Amino acid sequence: MNEIFEGLLKAFQLIFSGDPTVFEITLRSLYISGLATVISALWGIPIAVFLGLKDFQGRFFLKSLFKALIGIPTVALGLFFYLILSKSGPLGFLHILYYPTAIIIGEAVLITPIVVSFSANALEAVSPEIIDLAKTLGASEDQAFFAVFKEALNGILLATVASFNRAFAELGVAQMIGGNIFGFTNVLTTTIANETAKGNISLSIALSIILLTIVFGINLIVDILSKRRLEIWKWRAPHLGW
Amino acid sequence: MESPTSWLVDLRNITKIFNGITALDNINLKIRNGEILALLGPSGSGKTTLLKILAFIEKPTSGEMYFEGRRVADNKDALQMRTESTMVFQKTAVFNTTVYNNVVYGLKIRGTPKSKISEEVKDALRLVRLEGFEKRHAKEISGGEQQRVAIARALVLKTKLILLDEPTANLDPKNASIIEEIITTINHELRTTMVMATHNMFQAKKLPQRIALLTDGRINEVGTATDIFGSLSKTLTSFAVLENTFKGTAKPTVNETTLVDVGKGVQVEATAKASGKVSIFISPKDIILSKRRFASSARNIFRGRIAEISDTDSVVRLKVDVGKPFTVQITKRSFDEMRINLGTEVFLTFKASSVQIIHD
Repeated sequence: MNEIFEGLLKAFQLIFSGDPTVFEITLRSLYISGLATVISALWGIPIAVFLGLKDFQGRFFLKSLFKALIGIPTVALGLFFYLILSKSGPLGFLHILYYPTAIIIGEAVLITPIVVSFSANALEAVSPEIIDLAKTLGASEDQAFFAVFKEALNGILLATVASFNRAFAELGVAQMIGGNIFGFTNVLTTTIANETAKGNISLSIALSIILLTIVFGINLIVDILSKRRLEIWKWRAPHLGW
Repeated sequence: MESPTSWLVDLRNITKIFNGITALDNINLKIRNGEILALLGPSGSGKTTLLKILAFIEKPTSGEMYFEGRRVADNKDALQMRTESTMVFQKTAVFNTTVYNNVVYGLKIRGTPKSKISEEVKDALRLVRLEGFEKRHAKEISGGEQQRVAIARALVLKTKLILLDEPTANLDPKNASIIEEIITTINHELRTTMVMATHNMFQAKKLPQRIALLTDGRINEVGTATDIFGSLSKTLTSFAVLENTFKGTAKPTVNETTLVDVGKGVQVEATAKASGKVSIFISPKDIILSKRRFASSARNIFRGRIAEISDTDSVVRLKVDVGKPFTVQITKRSFDEMRINLGTEVFLTFKASSVQIIHD
């Protein structure tokens, strides 16, 4: 009990004293997971649009595949990337193993099924009448598509946030292809795992508190935004009828 | 002889095939400037498809279409024409945003100056009696109000043609009559041409100047209400197994009304004069449902039992067996307050003037 209490006390000291190590690891985690989320959204949302709105053969199979991949074990994906990025692997020539770039790519792949599945569901849930409605009000095909996209925006945003949370909180990929190199590739989760093993409980607790606070904080902000019906997203794009 | 300019739309040999099924079969129809035309037909007859073609959101498989004398040949023409015609769907669809943003959508697409927009939205909402609803969320208002938002969203565009697909289906009587009034007002004041799909013969008789009878994707007859209903053609009777439509024998009474015997001991009194074989309609909205017999000036009172209960958006439709099956429409609230169940004994009351007589 005493160890936990002391750990907690030291953890708060670390957080509130603005400890540079804690600060640096947190920023690196945010940077890596943030970039991985942006990349997965860039390639995942177009796939979701295709899966959610177009009717084609094999659609059902693809959707099931992405859904199944949501639960892929991070260590398995970490091992896969380790094998292809290591010197003797097919992409070894890139020399990115144990670099932040490797973690970014690995996490982007890890979270793509979440972005794709959740966004495709959100797009599918938009009433099919919306396309005809936009068209009869004068919209072109593109404008009608954007009307549907806008209706699904809440769900797509939620998909993006869920995928960020998964990247931010995962351990396997970051550990296996990042290597937890101090000051270079160590992120919140890898540091927590390794420092705990070393017995540095207070740092682990401090980083865990930060990890949880950020995850909860982001979810809270998204909830508030959704409740206000994305008023903040009302950017001007009159040519799209937004 | 009417000049070609008096036609707003001219459809020639329009056929539409979906996955091998013919939805519209060689339709030839001309729509006059400023008229209300009803497409009357049973469900599945192709009314909605025809409206979508008129709205330029569905392309005919074959045939030619002229709008104000100009041929609509390709997608580019259709996109341009889409701004001249707008459709209000049967299943009300609203964008997941405020009433204001819903109404403003088409204006923004058209690039209407910002200075004009707010006034136009206000006017449109006034016309559908939803003043002050601008900031309300469109998904949080009642079904009837949503349908009125949909109509305001169409009206605000001031298109030459407005297409209404079963505009009052699934609405409670209050909202339905507001919408019927709006349709008449817009047509009178703005001279907007309207095409309205309906399976409700009563509505088809009341609102439009002309009626086109549509069955199995074909237009069987086009004419005025008197033409269509007066002759009670075979086409009309073939699908006119609508609610509260009965065939019977009419004979005059001493009170200068007409008594129509529709069989099974049911005799309906009507104000219109008739004798011999007739068909009668009573709109479900004109029938008062009560659990007790009450004194009134209404000439028709029947006792029966609830045989069927069906729930739509905001109204409950009940089938009451009084010897013949009558359909009655009441609000959900009344339904809850009256504690009606299958088999409950009820009384139906309606005036003799609510009975429409059509000669066979």
